[in-house]
Amino acid sequence: MLLELEEVHVSYGPIAALRGISLTVEEGEIVTLIGANGAGKSTTLNTVSGLLHPRSGRIRFRGAEIQRLSPQEVVARGITQVPEGRRVFAEMSVEENLLLGAYQRRDGAGVQRDLAAVYERFPVLYERRRQSAGTLSGGEQQMLAIGRALMARPTLLLMDEPSMGLSPILVQQVFEIIRQINAQGTTILLVEQNAHMALKVAHRGYVLETGRIALEGAAAELTASEQVRSAYLGGA
Amino acid sequence: MVRRYLRAGNLAVCALLVATFLAGQVAIASGWLNPYYQVQLFSMGINVILAVSLNLINGFTGQFSLGHAGFMAVGAYTAAVATTRWGLPFAAAVLLAAAASAVMGLLVGVPTLRLRGDYLAIATLGFGEILRSILYNVDYVGGATGLLGIPRLTTWPWLFALTVVTVLAVKNLVNSTRGLALKAVRDDEIAAEDAGVDTTRTKVLAFVLGAVFAGIGGALYAHYFFVIQPTTFSFLKSFEILVYVVLGGLGSITGSVVSATALTLLSAALQQLAALRMVLYGLVLVLLMIFRTGGLFGTWELSFEAIGQAWAWLFHRRPPAGDRAPLTAAASSPGSATLPDLPEVTRDGAPQDR
Repeated sequence: MLLELEEVHVSYGPIAALRGISLTVEEGEIVTLIGANGAGKSTTLNTVSGLLHPRSGRIRFRGAEIQRLSPQEVVARGITQVPEGRRVFAEMSVEENLLLGAYQRRDGAGVQRDLAAVYERFPVLYERRRQSAGTLSGGEQQMLAIGRALMARPTLLLMDEPSMGLSPILVQQVFEIIRQINAQGTTILLVEQNAHMALKVAHRGYVLETGRIALEGAAAELTASEQVRSAYLGGA
Repeated sequence: MVRRYLRAGNLAVCALLVATFLAGQVAIASGWLNPYYQVQLFSMGINVILAVSLNLINGFTGQFSLGHAGFMAVGAYTAAVATTRWGLPFAAAVLLAAAASAVMGLLVGVPTLRLRGDYLAIATLGFGEILRSILYNVDYVGGATGLLGIPRLTTWPWLFALTVVTVLAVKNLVNSTRGLALKAVRDDEIAAEDAGVDTTRTKVLAFVLGAVFAGIGGALYAHYFFVIQPTTFSFLKSFEILVYVVLGGLGSITGSVVSATALTLLSAALQQLAALRMVLYGLVLVLLMIFRTGGLFGTWELSFEAIGQAWAWLFHRRPPAGDRAPLTAAASSPGSATLPDLPEVTRDGAPQDR
């Protein structure tokens, strides 16, 4: 078990956002969290990444509890988040964005190799490496946000709505990239509004409803489930 | 390692610095530069130190500080007390000034920089005013009269060396990996956290370092102008430094140096119209915000690369590299075909650098 959440409760002031979330992610998997707006998907990711801390409950990564760690310490353990809405560093060049992704690493040669690998994966980033990131299109910014996260060489990649605001063709590409990254050995916990695409690429999924897990299972089962079909897949 | 430091560029910079230093030394020693212009020259140096150090906080790290005059005051008073009351040598006074400013920077920065948003602006503004009230009321440092008869220990070598040290220290920090973290915090704090940057520590580092150099600037100031008073370090002084930074460009060291130098001269020229000076400052800023929102230099830096590009443009009729970071658009590679909806924002023709 790579990641395990056990009865995690998170609240924003008096408002409970997560009411006892328990889930697991095995090494090598793509696990997706789907659900409506406000169900607690992003809150779950932000709690794993250390941006938020649970009121109660435990988060274990490789067996060690991480729920009290700061975001930097979580990154140091091998978990990196691709934030919602991409959040590239607009005034910095594409290359600076990528190098910042490797901020905690001290193996210069390895960083250079990974930089080359990211450029190979996203040739458009290489073309635009001296351009400030704010001038990139939405799709390019998403590539950059993913590339930046990969530069930390994470064991577990947390992705928050990577398809948000992208054209259908780009959405296809992003999911293909997610599949490739996973195929190369990175475990992925994916939060998505686009349940249809997310369940296509994921191995397993959890359906969140108002801070609780309503349903869980293999992606294929969830896709077939009447409940999921009517609520999240357009009832088809 | 040694060879890295012996590159042609660094040698040229050293040669240029030595030449500038010697020119200044000769001009002052020979009396060719009359006392009036000497005052302007020293003001320029001090203002460059203040502007570059504030740019580190406001421009590169994106933390809006309005209390730079306060840190300058800490340095000025500490150094002045050290030389006049305690009889310490100037070098020790400068070090003490730097240390006192660092401590003050920590005291102000640690509680406020943990927060995101505009708290720092309010806290630093308050800090400057509180400090001034304290200085008014402490007899040991002269109260409202201030400290008088401070020996003129700020000589040309001191001024030149500390200005160069400030500029180089900020430049090297900004270009380092930690410098990337500063800019990342400026651009997006949450994304910086996600990337593993300790944002609070990064902000405190920039803030304290900026305060240290402001304190050094204050020490130089006190030991050049004989007199320091609480009113010297009012909010207007902070504002003046902020104007240098914004005018030159938030995030451009070159811009801070040029605008601090130019505005020092301008304000000397406008000495007769003291009241009008601030009006003109305001006017300059309004015009700037209309016509060049990023400041005169944006985030552009003077470098041999930039000179090379300008040379290429002048003599080979190639288009310039744009006014921000040099954009180099490589020829379309096959990869671009995979993303169908790219806007064409690249500009061509800039010579590939590095």
